Amino acid sequence: MRSGEKKMDSVLINENPIIYPKRPRRVRTDQSNTDEFSVDPIDQLEIFDRIRDIRDPEHPKLSLEDLNILTEESVEVDDDKSYVRITFTPTLPHCHLPTPIGLCLLAKLAQSLPARFKVDVRVAPGSHDKEKTVNKQLGDKERVAAGLENPDLVALLNKMMQV
Amino acid sequence: MKLMDKNLGLVEVQKLEGHTDRVWNVAWNPAADGVLASCSADKTVRIWEQSSLTRSWTCKAVLEGTHTRTVKSLAWSPSAKLLATASFDGTTCVWENFATDSESVSVLQVHESEVKSVSWNASGSLLATCGRDKSVWIWEVLPENEFDCAAVLTGHSEDVKMVLWHPTMDVLFSCSYDNTVKIWWSEDEYGDYNCVQTLGESNNGHSSTVWSISFNAAGDKMVTCSDDLTVKIWKTDISRMQSGEGYVPWTHVCTLSGFHDRTIYSVHWSRDGVIACGAGDDTIQLFVDSNSDSVDRPSYKLLLKKEKAHEKDVNSVQWAPDKESRLLASGSDDKMVKIWKLASEP
Repeated sequence: MRSGEKKMDSVLINENPIIYPKRPRRVRTDQSNTDEFSVDPIDQLEIFDRIRDIRDPEHPKLSLEDLNILTEESVEVDDDKSYVRITFTPTLPHCHLPTPIGLCLLAKLAQSLPARFKVDVRVAPGSHDKEKTVNKQLGDKERVAAGLENPDLVALLNKMMQV
Repeated sequence: MKLMDKNLGLVEVQKLEGHTDRVWNVAWNPAADGVLASCSADKTVRIWEQSSLTRSWTCKAVLEGTHTRTVKSLAWSPSAKLLATASFDGTTCVWENFATDSESVSVLQVHESEVKSVSWNASGSLLATCGRDKSVWIWEVLPENEFDCAAVLTGHSEDVKMVLWHPTMDVLFSCSYDNTVKIWWSEDEYGDYNCVQTLGESNNGHSSTVWSISFNAAGDKMVTCSDDLTVKIWKTDISRMQSGEGYVPWTHVCTLSGFHDRTIYSVHWSRDGVIACGAGDDTIQLFVDSNSDSVDRPSYKLLLKKEKAHEKDVNSVQWAPDKESRLLASGSDDKMVKIWKLASEP
């Protein structure tokens, strides 16, 4: 296990995060689908691939997957109902950073998924002191929209989404 | 045409394209037929007019360059001489003679963060605004597009989503992210407004953010909608209040649940008793009191459900103010404004 990197001029809330071994990425087997007009349903892995590499706001060299904030099981998808729910686990129950992570997930999925999808993002039950507060904020699209007009927040989210 | 006619449908009259980002709200001009305003995250307001010749709708004006962020809400004054707009940029703008050479815009800059809603009282003498800073402001409307602050109302513990004056009395209603509806009333004409009632979970109120409020034509019933996926009907004895008895509390009549499966953002009660709801499930649903002709208790039923009314969330629904047209306007995250007609389908 590597220890977290220490910045000289700022105090990190979680200085020594646990870094989890990455699960091997599944290689998609070549499906013998020769119908060029059919659209494959969107599945859990496809969605996870879009969000697993988002950088943690506090540790930009580490991804949400590295820190076990997201796993494949974080993603619930029902393609027929055009519905996705992401459940993420902050590294510490009292850390103040779940909201940027949640907003980044919402922004990334809004960019990546077809327009028909409804997306909910929530903190894993029991994983954070401010769970209800954070979930309610992430569920209020007007608050999310206003937040995404904040240039400082947008700059942070862009940094998190850089691969 | 009876409302419980089985062949009633919500027929799409026209789709109005032009906004380049989600449409948050639509508002009919109360003084002129066939004129509608819409506001958007694209920072503009668009005015749409129906041609008396071709009957089709076109965009007559785009009000831009004033708000620097999303325009969330708008309201015409009762005479339609003024148009008020509420923006995430923290200002409320009141436009007079917009899109003409004599255009004048008053900028009210008092809220500490995003302004969410604006409402005129029935006589046009008062304007109310509210926002994320949890406050509600009441303004006295003076000549020459001037405004004087009459009251600053604090009491909500969270973001205030909408303010709405009662249709016949100067009683102000607000609804919030704190899950409550608050009612503000002044005993006398000197404007000392106080919160006289809070409709919360303990008195059959909503269990999540309340997004919108609307009154029936008589002003004795109110409908609210929420992130808790329900619509609630409330009533009061308005004649007692109008006869000067003092404040008469509102009580819960019923809750409509199981109809929408995403947040209900907007609700509007038409003059002839049809309640329209727009929600995050992309549907518009209409409800009526099936007992309105009888003395029985009201019984609200689903009149019709329009699936996929828009490609995305429906943020706003509003009935045209006239008595005959049965036109409904809607605005959506899909950037469209749509005009619908409630009519018998062939």
